[in-house]
Amino acid sequence: MRVGIPRSLLYYKYLPFWKIFLAELGLEVETSPLTNKQILSWGVEVAENELCVPVKAFYGHCMALRGKVDALFVPRVVSVEEREYTCPKFLGLPDMVAAVADQLELPPLLTPKLNQREKPSEFKWQLINFAREEFGVGIMDAVAALETARLAQSRYQESLVNGHKPLDMLPASRLNRTRWKAPKDKRKRIGLLGHPYNIYDGYITQNLVARLEEMGAELVVPEMTDHHVLMQAATDVPKQLYWTYEKEIMGAINHWTGNNLVDGVIYVLAFACGPDSLVQVLIEHRARMHKVPLMSLTIDEHSGEAGLVTRIEAFTDMLMRKKTKAEAVA
Amino acid sequence: MKVSCPHMGHLHWMLDDLFERLGVDYVKPPPTTTKTLTIGAKHSPEFACLPLKINVGNFVEALELGADTLIMAGGHGPCRFGYYGIVEERILRDLGYDFKFIMLEPFDDGKWAFYKTFESLSPGLSIRKLWKTLKASFSKGRAFDEIYKRSLQVRAYEVNRGDTTRALKEAEQVLVPAYTPEEIEEGARESLAIIDAVDQDLDREVLKVGIVGEFFLLLEPFSNFGLEEILGHMGVYIERSVWVTDWIAPNRDNKIYGFPKQLVEEKAAPYLSHNVGGEGRETIGSIVLMAERGFDGIIQLLPFGCMPENIATSIIPKVQREHDIPVLTLAFDEQTGRAGLVTRVEAFVDLLVARRGSKLALAGAATATDAATKQPSLSKL
Repeated sequence: MRVGIPRSLLYYKYLPFWKIFLAELGLEVETSPLTNKQILSWGVEVAENELCVPVKAFYGHCMALRGKVDALFVPRVVSVEEREYTCPKFLGLPDMVAAVADQLELPPLLTPKLNQREKPSEFKWQLINFAREEFGVGIMDAVAALETARLAQSRYQESLVNGHKPLDMLPASRLNRTRWKAPKDKRKRIGLLGHPYNIYDGYITQNLVARLEEMGAELVVPEMTDHHVLMQAATDVPKQLYWTYEKEIMGAINHWTGNNLVDGVIYVLAFACGPDSLVQVLIEHRARMHKVPLMSLTIDEHSGEAGLVTRIEAFTDMLMRKKTKAEAVA
Repeated sequence: MKVSCPHMGHLHWMLDDLFERLGVDYVKPPPTTTKTLTIGAKHSPEFACLPLKINVGNFVEALELGADTLIMAGGHGPCRFGYYGIVEERILRDLGYDFKFIMLEPFDDGKWAFYKTFESLSPGLSIRKLWKTLKASFSKGRAFDEIYKRSLQVRAYEVNRGDTTRALKEAEQVLVPAYTPEEIEEGARESLAIIDAVDQDLDREVLKVGIVGEFFLLLEPFSNFGLEEILGHMGVYIERSVWVTDWIAPNRDNKIYGFPKQLVEEKAAPYLSHNVGGEGRETIGSIVLMAERGFDGIIQLLPFGCMPENIATSIIPKVQREHDIPVLTLAFDEQTGRAGLVTRVEAFVDLLVARRGSKLALAGAATATDAATKQPSLSKL
């Protein structure tokens, strides 16, 4: 049986885990191609127009797998952390895709529910039961597959902490590779905040990563810091955030500004992203307090290349001027 | 200490009563107006949802009136509403206001913390007294919900346009002074009688439309341009899925709406099987429920970008196809204008009228739907 994983949304977070788990269960795994014009326009056509651009792209990725696979893997990731949630859109994703499945002739969906809101160890059993029910895999085999997948995922996260960017390990597009880097002393440390499924999707964010590096940025991304450190750093608010991925983002800016790790921050958020629209207020406040320049970059399916380039050029130039000025004073 | 709390439909009547019982000085924010929204939209993040912007406007106006303690309801997600408070506090502090901020977390999330919140407002308050107070205020809130609910149905049949709205104002004033349980009960009866006394033409054929969607948009007439009144004046009989006390109540029986949450969730399950926060699942469930009960059409209201409702909106086409019911989705933000809304609603009502005509022609003159909708309500209420 061939199972398709749409290369969108949580793919960018859990790819090694899902891929290896499914492969270990004896399935052939196929991922959709990198986001391209066709995929995004498919998605935009089908999706409700108020949704954020990565979710629209997700529809397109599902469509790109039509006819190539026997089933689509669209897990319902409810919660990955105790007492927290992911974004509501991840909670409803399988139902949203199912609502258009007949009309678009999508393959049948595999939608395991992953929820560890109540109990931290739930995750494991939910996946084991999923493997047993859907594929008739024995419990020991399922446990073994899970263990292999977990190891792969933690190796992946470890190498991210050691400074590799997800793009070095994920199959990146030709365009999205950095071709040239400024000499080390000419680089500015720019924190790139935002969801991995926006930042590393070269089509959605117009190759932002490569462009910034070519402009002389030494990129700092949230994935470079250990998850627990980020979560700890995000606790300075009167009420804890209940969206795990936004909490990571909050933690990242707190960690960076608190330890003077960045010269400036670019905050990429998708238009109409619910959680980010609120967290934005707290992040901007934090940057203001620590006098770290911050640029919020809102993206959607209509974002043009020229506008983006102008803005990031202006931002990096400004950082450079600030740096030379500070050095001159010193 | 001068306490204030944002507006949400007729919630303020209940708060009036509650704070009076607790002996707390309550600064009612001025009624929400375009100015309120302008203030809110100016200081809130661009694509935060509309209720947040209105809340911020309410808070600023209340602070200008001298409020020094602000209360905001909380929640545990995944909808944005549960985190409004923290963001609103940040926005207001960045504007330079000085105040005490209290997040009132739901009863289920911590009973002791819930009690402590009230105790901090009214020192020396015993648990017993809090319980009694809440119960009394809540029953008053229910009575208000009842008269509003009745008015939505009576308005469709009124002979003189505007009579129901006038009767509603009168009925409110009957309820406002009620204090003891007996008075509240008496007031509830009397106020309902006032609404029922409106001159009605019960032989008139009316359309039955359900209003579903995000709670704030349904509850706050300012935010939806008084849509219910607009529809009522077109002669449309309305039911809606969210009511103030149903929304606040910790139990799940939806007394005012009449259909317990569990039933609504069961109806939604084939389309949306998991809670997505807010009213996403309830919206789908209510559409199915209303379609099964023979409604002519559904109007879904949501603030632009509302996550749970957007999930529902993505699923609605399928529900619409399978249950053969037209659904009009209306998203609101600070740019929405009344004229555009009225045009769309009129067109939708025209469509429903035409549709009913064709249905009648197909199924013969006296169909079951015809009989059901001609005498839809008053016996059942």
